[in-house]
Amino acid sequence: MVELKVNKKTYRLDVDPETPLLWVLREELGLNGTKYSCGIGECGACVVHVDGAATRSCVTAVSEVKGKEITTIEGLAGLIGEALSEAWIDGDVPQCGYCQSGQIMTAAELLASNPRPSDSDIDAAMSGVLCRCGTYNEIRRAVHRAAGRSRP
Amino acid sequence: MRGRLFDEERRQFLQVSFIAGVGLVVGCSFHKAEASLDAPASPVEKASKPLAPNAWIRISGSGEVTVVVNHSELGQGIFTALAMIAAEELEADWSKVRTEMASMDPVYANPAFGVQATGGSTSVRTCWVALKKAGAATRELLVAAAASTWGVSVRECRAESGKVVHGPSGRSLLYGQLVEKAASMPVPHDVPLKKHRDFKVIGKKMRRLDTELKTQGRAVFGMDVRLKGLLTAVVVHPPVFGARLKSLDHSKAMSMPGVRHVVPISTGVAVVADRFWQAKKAVETLRIEWDQGNKANLGSENIRARWVELAKQRGDRVRDQGDVDIALKKAAKVVEAVYELPFQAHGCPEPMNCTAFVRGDGCDVWVPTQNQGGSHEIAAAITGLDLDRVRVHTTFSGGGFGRRGDVDFVAEAVEVSKAVKVPVKVVWTREEDIRNDHFRPASYHVLRAGLDATGKPVALHYLFVGPSWMDGMIETLAPAIMPRWFPRFLKNAAAHGAVPIAKYFKSAEAASEGASTMAYAMEHIRVEYIKDDPGVPTGAWRSVAHSGHAFVVESFVDEIAMASGNDPFQLRMDLLRNAPKRRKVLKIAAEKSGWEKKPPDGIHRGIAVHDFHDTPAAMVTEVSVDKAGQVRVHRVVCAVDCGTVINPKNVEAQISGAIAFGLTATLKGSITIGKGRAEQSNFDDFPLLRMDEMPKVEVHIVESEAAPTGIGEVGVPPIAPAVANAVFAATGKRIRKLPITSRDLAKG
Ligand code: FES
Ligand code: FES
Repeated sequence: MVELKVNKKTYRLDVDPETPLLWVLREELGLNGTKYSCGIGECGACVVHVDGAATRSCVTAVSEVKGKEITTIEGLAGLIGEALSEAWIDGDVPQCGYCQSGQIMTAAELLASNPRPSDSDIDAAMSGVLCRCGTYNEIRRAVHRAAGRSRP
Repeated sequence: MRGRLFDEERRQFLQVSFIAGVGLVVGCSFHKAEASLDAPASPVEKASKPLAPNAWIRISGSGEVTVVVNHSELGQGIFTALAMIAAEELEADWSKVRTEMASMDPVYANPAFGVQATGGSTSVRTCWVALKKAGAATRELLVAAAASTWGVSVRECRAESGKVVHGPSGRSLLYGQLVEKAASMPVPHDVPLKKHRDFKVIGKKMRRLDTELKTQGRAVFGMDVRLKGLLTAVVVHPPVFGARLKSLDHSKAMSMPGVRHVVPISTGVAVVADRFWQAKKAVETLRIEWDQGNKANLGSENIRARWVELAKQRGDRVRDQGDVDIALKKAAKVVEAVYELPFQAHGCPEPMNCTAFVRGDGCDVWVPTQNQGGSHEIAAAITGLDLDRVRVHTTFSGGGFGRRGDVDFVAEAVEVSKAVKVPVKVVWTREEDIRNDHFRPASYHVLRAGLDATGKPVALHYLFVGPSWMDGMIETLAPAIMPRWFPRFLKNAAAHGAVPIAKYFKSAEAASEGASTMAYAMEHIRVEYIKDDPGVPTGAWRSVAHSGHAFVVESFVDEIAMASGNDPFQLRMDLLRNAPKRRKVLKIAAEKSGWEKKPPDGIHRGIAVHDFHDTPAAMVTEVSVDKAGQVRVHRVVCAVDCGTVINPKNVEAQISGAIAFGLTATLKGSITIGKGRAEQSNFDDFPLLRMDEMPKVEVHIVESEAAPTGIGEVGVPPIAPAVANAVFAATGKRIRKLPITSRDLAKG
């Protein structure tokens, strides 16, 4: 049995503790917003927050996150979450959309630690999240816009 | 409920009905749509079903407008673009418009391919007229219904923003209030379509209808399909191209937790488990012996060596004008060069997957696909079921780029579900996805240009060697494009008989598109193709053959400019004297980028122009190259003419996205072959462009009232040569091979 806290709910699950968190979220909890793309920590499609830190869930065994607060795109809320969501929608950022949960979760961590990031701060934080559709310029603009809105 | 026909002579059928609980339903078939890409024609089938399945527009009692879209949403924004076209003529209230993916039905076939499929940047151009007509006819029905309700003349009524207004009295009725009555009005004939200047939706920067879903992680991709009792299968494919299963020991796998079945299938072995991770773990325990076949020694080096020899021979003349041999002999100067392109993978963010549920009396398939027609056919062929027992449900696609036009992964899901008799989702790992891609073909090009005494190019000989991306497609699509009334047993035989014939006629043409279609005015031009298929699976890759040929042609034109002391922009303008659309975008890109002015210190410019299926695009890049040979693209200025623009925001997004896609192939990775297999398998060895490598992009769209063409692919071909030409300006080194590596450019 593994006890997991996801989006403020607690679950007790009978899964192999070696299973990557990604697949537990998707298959056991039906939280499909977190995506599988590379499975080796190279692309960022699977980023969730573990105690606030952007974490690649495809290479994180579920046993490593016992008792920690996990947040997925479905549970992203608060000032930053709302500002990002608004900025993403206003800027019409997604194309295919597959990478976007990972982009938004990564941006959320950035804004939490750096409420006014520069272009190069954004590049440094986000360049590991791949977008095959090439929405990078739109993402960068949306992060700036969200930064303007998310300060209390 | 009633149905009627109109526009008989053009065989456009319009059907109107009212369905309780649904509302007004307007369907039409448009097999004879204006635009066609010279693809195999399909017989016109009558849209005779009375009900909703082949509808294009539905309006509910609450006024919600649903536009049914027959093209897959791959990220290219087609859900929004097609809805905008219908909404324009319908005078709909945009806030009430939504899109629904069409079910699989012959009425939704793409006239460019003869089956329901998305590709070739054909979606808007093939739906443009039909959707406008459907929208306009629906609008007229609603106006007639309102006029009749009020007992006034239709001439006194007008439709606007989701309602009908009676001019003299100012009364109005919402569309939702009119749907039942509208269905009983006589179907209008020859409804006039709106003038370009009256457009309210088309040409505006509209927000995409799927943005919110995708921002909140709620869009359902193939990977996200959930069904009761669904099992997940991970497939192991043969390690070597063309290898086959010899023996399989799965005793260990079967004892692993969650594992239900291990199924040998035609393309490998499927491990079926309750969960993905269980299947993946179990795969690692399989003991498989493969019959390696004859490709085990295949490698990029020996493929290249073979092509170098082959290129000394003659090929199929795909284009032949004037007398190239004599002209080259007489030329004052001859410029020669050899160009090479590697295999490229699609790297769709969502790996290939498909869910199937095969029962005795039917089969359902859920799949992110660009090819509903092919999926339908292959599922029917594997299950032996009649076509009308097979349903294909299209999900959102995490990228497509041509890869999802093939149906190999659909076949696998259907085979596995047929064997285990429960719903199964086949999920490819990233490694399986890259290794078993149908790659953009590699190619080898030999060029010679003859210049006259004034330095003007007068002759061009363009010869290239490589496989044709079309061959794989023909095999996939052959059964699907046979007439549906053919008996099945005849059909498969006929389809297979047709494959070599189709390949003979189509594959050279398809492989040379982009070279054969070049518009530079020279008296003597010969394009020759030597087809050689080393056995590496190939397929369509965003902009198909154009991606390679544009790099070669546009780099070589730059070489000619240098050899003749011309400005590369001016030379192109001169040579494009018979191609006004290309000239125009070239001129705009040059002007907007400041081509005439000196670039800032350390920055160098390159230029290229290319036409993809009637959409020309020109690009000017600004590039720097540091001492270590690292290339940085800072800015790309693009001018494009896609006819009437549906959604300028989406045109910008598609160009920007295509630039990122093309830059990945220009600067990052490629697929090399060794020991009969792809040597790359994930994003660590097949890297994609990253945010910090993305240039600024400026898009200038030519204003036009011409019918729309396409936009999803045209941004790919010009970017590689525009960068390579800038690299030449920066370093004096001509790039004749992609991707560009810092090793080639490092100083000292
Ligand atoms: S799927 Fe986790 S980093 Fe790519
Ligand atoms: S939007 Fe398609 S991968 Fe980023």
